Amino acid sequence: MTEPRPLIAVEHISKSFGGIQAVRDCSLVVHKGSITGLIGPNGAGKSTLFNMVAGFMPPTSGCIFLDGQDVTGKRPHELFARGLVRTFQIPHEFSAMTVLENLMVVPAQQAGENLATALFARGRIRKQEQEIRDRAEQVLEFLRLTHLRLERAGNLSGGQKKLLELGRSMMTEAKIVLLDELGAGVNRTLLADLATDIERLNRDHGYTFWLIEHDMDLIARLCDPVIVMAEGTVLTQGNMADIKANPAVIEAYLGAGAAEKAPAHGAAG
Amino acid sequence: MEQMMFGIMMYLVALLTIGGIYAVIALGLNMHWGVSGLFNAGIAGFFAIGAYTSAILTTPTSIKHLGGFDLPVWLGMLASMIAAGIVAYAVGRICLRLRSDYLAIATIGIAEIFRLVLKNESWMTNGTRGIANVPKPFEDLGTPWSQLAFLAVVIVIVAAVYVVVERALNAPWGRVMRAIRENDDAAEAAGKDVVRFRLEAFVFGAMFMGLGGAMTAHSFKFIGPEATEPLLTTFLVWVMLIIGGSGNNRGAILGAIIVWAIWSMTQILTGFLPPDLAVRAATLRVFLVGLLLQVVLQRFSRGLIPEKSPTAAAATISQKVTPAP
Repeated sequence: MTEPRPLIAVEHISKSFGGIQAVRDCSLVVHKGSITGLIGPNGAGKSTLFNMVAGFMPPTSGCIFLDGQDVTGKRPHELFARGLVRTFQIPHEFSAMTVLENLMVVPAQQAGENLATALFARGRIRKQEQEIRDRAEQVLEFLRLTHLRLERAGNLSGGQKKLLELGRSMMTEAKIVLLDELGAGVNRTLLADLATDIERLNRDHGYTFWLIEHDMDLIARLCDPVIVMAEGTVLTQGNMADIKANPAVIEAYLGAGAAEKAPAHGAAG
Repeated sequence: MEQMMFGIMMYLVALLTIGGIYAVIALGLNMHWGVSGLFNAGIAGFFAIGAYTSAILTTPTSIKHLGGFDLPVWLGMLASMIAAGIVAYAVGRICLRLRSDYLAIATIGIAEIFRLVLKNESWMTNGTRGIANVPKPFEDLGTPWSQLAFLAVVIVIVAAVYVVVERALNAPWGRVMRAIRENDDAAEAAGKDVVRFRLEAFVFGAMFMGLGGAMTAHSFKFIGPEATEPLLTTFLVWVMLIIGGSGNNRGAILGAIIVWAIWSMTQILTGFLPPDLAVRAATLRVFLVGLLLQVVLQRFSRGLIPEKSPTAAAATISQKVTPAP
């Protein structure tokens, strides 16, 4: 059996903000076809790492490879063109636009994005617009948002905005989708739906997912492997059962000595 | 009586002519702010560049300023758009990476630089005395036909600009611009080259500001530094767009005509006042326009004709046409 191919490889990456080192000498891989989790206490550097991988900030040092190619320092729209899509922890919807438009804006290489074509060759746009529109309608159906298609995106609930974030990543041929706390602020029922959607996209459409998440039930259900970060670097990785049993992980979450103290407290109570 | 009716008609023609010219500039600002979220507070700069470009190119040769080159008016107008576009490209390359409030400060500063250069470089612009003898199309038709014919030219230009900006707004290009306005990070994450798109919109809108400047020069047959004061060319245009409906091209046109009508009519009213009061009343006009802005925004927070989503409009039409199965 061949080794699974790394879709993302991060090598010795560091990021400093002034005197604070948010990420230090961090190396990891995300394999093609996986749903990889990224967990860690607040301030562990997860979002900073995501921002660097997605091109929103350049690393201070180190390299990032996407599908074997060095993409360190590339801008987000260039990474999008290579099949990397991200969602945001706080929903970044286009609030004055309709739900349908929020999706239709995504596909790349739209003829009508060229100003001259938009002005003088509208016939060429029309057919493509219909295709994009059909695709957006399909995505809305998949996400059970069809009834809201003409609603202003700003009027959606927090959970519906998260669905829309996921939907935007489905409007393109993404190789990998980075989900930054998709579950935050989403109720349990909707969260279960989201998890099902992610599983279906992974299984049926070949999407690779890499997600930051604080909901351990969601992580346990979806992710294998799970990468644990603490203090700006990778602490360990493995499947959820191993992670849960790892004293270093408990220590990172609960503070030094917690792993030894925890059973003692249990005995006292 | 007949004389008075004639006077009123001529006044209305003049009102609509200038209102129409403002509409062209407001459509340019709508492209910047309404559609793309670019806070351009330096309209006066692009206006001045357009006005002087067309004036220098179309006036008969004069020793008082550069040229004139005696070219046809339409060529002067075309050149004014190109000149404003080129300057916008250079300004945009430097400033468009700034966040909106900083862009506003930068554009004010740059506009003032251009205005002061044009005011002080006498060899080129005849300085404070301005450029006279700017040709006006259909000038020799005589009153009232010459004024009516020029109004027709203005209306045709407004209609043409409207069609162009409306097409851009309703195309995927406009959709990307609105997405960038709403959230540039998300637009970047959705694969859009935000810097490139912003530069396109900035150049595109500035061309119409330049065109408005050229139209003003031809309308008054004169262009001098007073005509490019920011009060008239930046502040008033902003009020027009916000009152009319930012993001809506029809709103921009409506706002331009309404605000210009009010601005112009208050001038008549203050003319009736005794001289010492009339001077003070001039500043009162600015206050009145500010008050109007407050009242309109209290009642219509998104302007008289608010922005409408193109797909929402298109979808309602297609739903009407195709009956449900």
